[in-house]
Formats: sequence, structure tokens, C-alpha cells
Amino acid sequence: MAMNYSDLVIDHFTNPRNVGEIPDADGIGEVGNMKCGDIMRMYLKIKDDVVEDVKFKTFGCGAAVATSSMATELIKGKPLSEVIKLTNAAVVEALGGLPAVKVHCSVLAEEAVKAALYDYYTRKGLPLPEGIEAPCNGDCAHCCSH
Amino acid sequence: MQVYADNAATTKVSQTAIDALLPCLTDKYGNPSSIHSFGQAASREMENAREIIAQCLNAEPKEITFTSGGSEADNQALLSAAAAGEKKGKKHIISTAFEHHAILHTLDKLSKQGFRIELLPVYQDGVVRLEDVEKAIGEDTALVSIMYANNEIGTIQPIAQIGALCKERGVLFHTDAVQAAGHLFIDVKAQNIDMLSLSGHKFHAPKGSGVLFVRSGSVPLINVIEGGAQERGKRAGTENIPGIAAMAAALKESCENLDANAAKVSAMRDRLIRGLEQIPESVLNGHRTNRLPGNVNFCFKGIEGESLLLMLNQAGIAASSGSACTSGSLDPSHVLLSIGLTHEVAHGSLRLSLSEYTTDEEVDHILATVPTVVERLRAMSPVWESMQKGK
Repeated sequence: MAMNYSDLVIDHFTNPRNVGEIPDADGIGEVGNMKCGDIMRMYLKIKDDVVEDVKFKTFGCGAAVATSSMATELIKGKPLSEVIKLTNAAVVEALGGLPAVKVHCSVLAEEAVKAALYDYYTRKGLPLPEGIEAPCNGDCAHCCSH
Repeated sequence: MQVYADNAATTKVSQTAIDALLPCLTDKYGNPSSIHSFGQAASREMENAREIIAQCLNAEPKEITFTSGGSEADNQALLSAAAAGEKKGKKHIISTAFEHHAILHTLDKLSKQGFRIELLPVYQDGVVRLEDVEKAIGEDTALVSIMYANNEIGTIQPIAQIGALCKERGVLFHTDAVQAAGHLFIDVKAQNIDMLSLSGHKFHAPKGSGVLFVRSGSVPLINVIEGGAQERGKRAGTENIPGIAAMAAALKESCENLDANAAKVSAMRDRLIRGLEQIPESVLNGHRTNRLPGNVNFCFKGIEGESLLLMLNQAGIAASSGSACTSGSLDPSHVLLSIGLTHEVAHGSLRLSLSEYTTDEEVDHILATVPTVVERLRAMSPVWESMQKGK
């Protein structure tokens, strides 16, 4: 099947931003599974309620790499109050669009960020903000239904 | 450098094929069913092509039916054999787990019509076992359909032995030879093949032409396409003369150079295999030597196929993969699953398929590029990271 990736998607795939790990991360989220063939792991360093640093690793297709890369760009340096409102739509828009069959990758990117936030809030014993829940339960239909 | 390493998907059209095709566009453009000399010239071209193709297979011209390609030939073969079987109360069909979808989905259709479909395993090396075929054949078996060589992992099946077995047991034998024709030796008489499908665009002819071979007297053909009386009333539609002429010329050329091409291409294949298996955590899929001369198929653990292809494409290398993202479904290729690979490993697959047009320089480029790309993707993979940490 031919893949119509925008130039921005190709750019984020070829030159992904913020690849790596944060050894003393404040929050780590991993979503996806081998069934769908996409796995994303996000590391967050949070200081004074701001995302000071973010790194990611992704196993997946071009769209998976590009959406996770773009997601890190969208949240880096931002206050948590903004980050918890990240949507997959924002990621897709920032990338200049995605083929319909690849939109679910952007959902996974959003989930990865939220999973890392979930980890951060639970570790600190803080109440979960609205929209932050336990991460990917392996139900592929959830992401694919978007 | 542009390296085309996806010949299993389709091939570049040869000059020989083009030379046979062009006159059919400019001069011999008549309808073969027409009485006038334009039509008759086209008709002679077609019968000439039929004769050539028959010779390549050691068949009779009247046993050759022209189709739009391999998929149509597969459909017509299965539906015809099933109909014949049903008349005798035989509704059991034996095939394998890793056939092309043109076979599997037609078998699904037949299953809904009450046929009992039995798909034999192909084991880790991607080769069906003769004993399994023997055990499976019963009183109610209408047909055995087993592909000559697999399109993804290239493994070659024991066709002559299966043919002999089927003849002994009085069961119809069809083989989907789409990947084999023009690359491997085929002799429908010696190999006891009753029906065979092949497709031009896999051996340097244009897309849109195929052949269904049916041994005289073995099974009456059921029409997939109804209409005019072309192809003895068995396949309606004005014949694709340019495609047919090109296909015949291409098949003849391939068959004449079969051994030389196989030697040259398999040497490059083996060099690729030796080079790529140096990459850590790599798996060669399918039997190492009992495979098509041009087929290489590896899994690289910890990475995903589509991203592998995208990076290779950026480096000028055209290849394919069996990952879910490339198949458009949630599952990786059924072929890779059929040889026992887990989803995880199957997602990281790469198929490189060479032809006699491939050069040593191109193989060098592939060998220089793949390891680098795999390394880059592994550096950003959480799966590879976990593997390294021994989780």
C-alpha cells in the first residue's frame, strides 16, 4: 500500500527529535503492544510543574516515529496544565496531516504522554488530573476507533 | 544509486517483451475474433504465443488459457476443481497455510459453500511435508493446491513428488506457479501437474496477463468471466494480444536462460544472505538453499518493517516487508506467522528479491546500507533497549 506521508512526517521520521532515555525520569510511560506492532516509551523530567525535558523511544512505522517525535516537541518546556490537554488531533495537525490508516499512531503518541504523566502523578501520590488514566490495556480497538 | 530489490512484487519489462508488444499496438491491433486480415493477424499472434508458452511448460497449446493474471488463474482453477469435485460428492480441498491470498480467499469462499478446507503446515523451514499431504488425502478429496514457490520467503515445495502422489491417488493437483515460472524448471508432464497458474509481470512481461494451464481431460473449466466465446468459451473478453505476445516472448527468454540466470542470481542472493546474517539478532526466514534464486527474507529483532523500508527507500533501495503496517491489517504476514515467527519478530521483516538485472554493485550497496539502517532504528527502539537489558 502506498504511503502518502507529508514532508513534515518524513522529516520527523528521518530526523526524530528527542530520541533517547532519561535515567532519572520523573515519569515514564510505555504504551502499545506487539499485536498492533507499535510501542512507544516516553520519559519526562518535570520541574516546577513544567516539562523540563522529554525523551522517547519508539518501535513502529514511519507515522509512529513521527507522531512520538512531534508529541515531544509539543510538550517540551510546557507547563503541566497544558501538557495534560495534549490531543492526538494536535499532533496530526502539527505534522500537516496523516493518512487515515495512520491516525491511530497519533492516538498512541497522546496515550504515551499521558501514560508518563500518570506515572509521575502516581509516584508523587498526587491526585490524577482529568483525562489522565491508567495507560494502554492492550485493546487495539480503542486507538483504532479514532 | 537506485536499487530495485522487489522483483517478487513485480519486474521490469524486458526489451524482448517490449519488442513483441509494440507491433501489437501499431500493426497487429485487430480483434482476434474478427474475420478480416487485421483480426487474423492478431489471432495468429495469439496462437503463436500460446504455442510458445505451451512449449515452455511441456504442455499442449489447447491446455493453455489466457487470463488477466495469476489471481484470475488461481480463482478459475480452484472454482473449476471444486465444481468437478462436488459433482462426485468430493468436498475436501487440501492446500497450505502460506498460499497467496488469491488461493486462500477463494478457498474461504468455497468453505462457505460447504467445502472442507485443510491447510497443511509448512514448518519452520517453509516447506510442506509430503507425508502430511499423503495423510490428508482421503476418499472425498477433490483437489490438492500447493504453490510451487512461496512469494514471501521463496521456499520451493516438493512439487514433482506431490504430483506423483496425487496421480497415484487419483486426486487433482493444482500449483500456483506465479513466483516459479521463468525462474525454476517446470514440466507439467514430468511433474504430474494437472493445473498451473502463472503471471507475466513476475518474469519481465507487463502487468495484466497470466495463464491457466489445465491438463486435457482432467477437469472442465468453470467460467470466472461470462460473455463472448473467447478461449473456447471458458474466459470471455477480447484477448489482451499485446500482453499475451509480450508474456510469451518473456517466458521463452527466461526459460532459455533459466540455468544461467539462476546461477548468477543465486550467487548474489547467497552473498546477501551471508552479509545480512552478520547483523546481530537477525533471522533468515525459510530454508537457506531450497529457495528461489532471487529471494532473501530476514527478520531483524527489535525494529519494525515499514520504517525499515522507508529508510531503505531514502537510500535508494526498493524492498518489501511482511510487517502489519505494510499489510494494512493488525497482523503481520500470514506467511511469516505460518513458519512459527512471533508477532514481535515478524513485524521486523525485510524481503529483498533480485533479478538477472541486479548487479554486484547494487548488492554491495544493500550490504552497506541495511546494517546501518537497522542500527539507527534499534537506537530508537524501546523493544531493542529491553532486549539489550535482558528483560
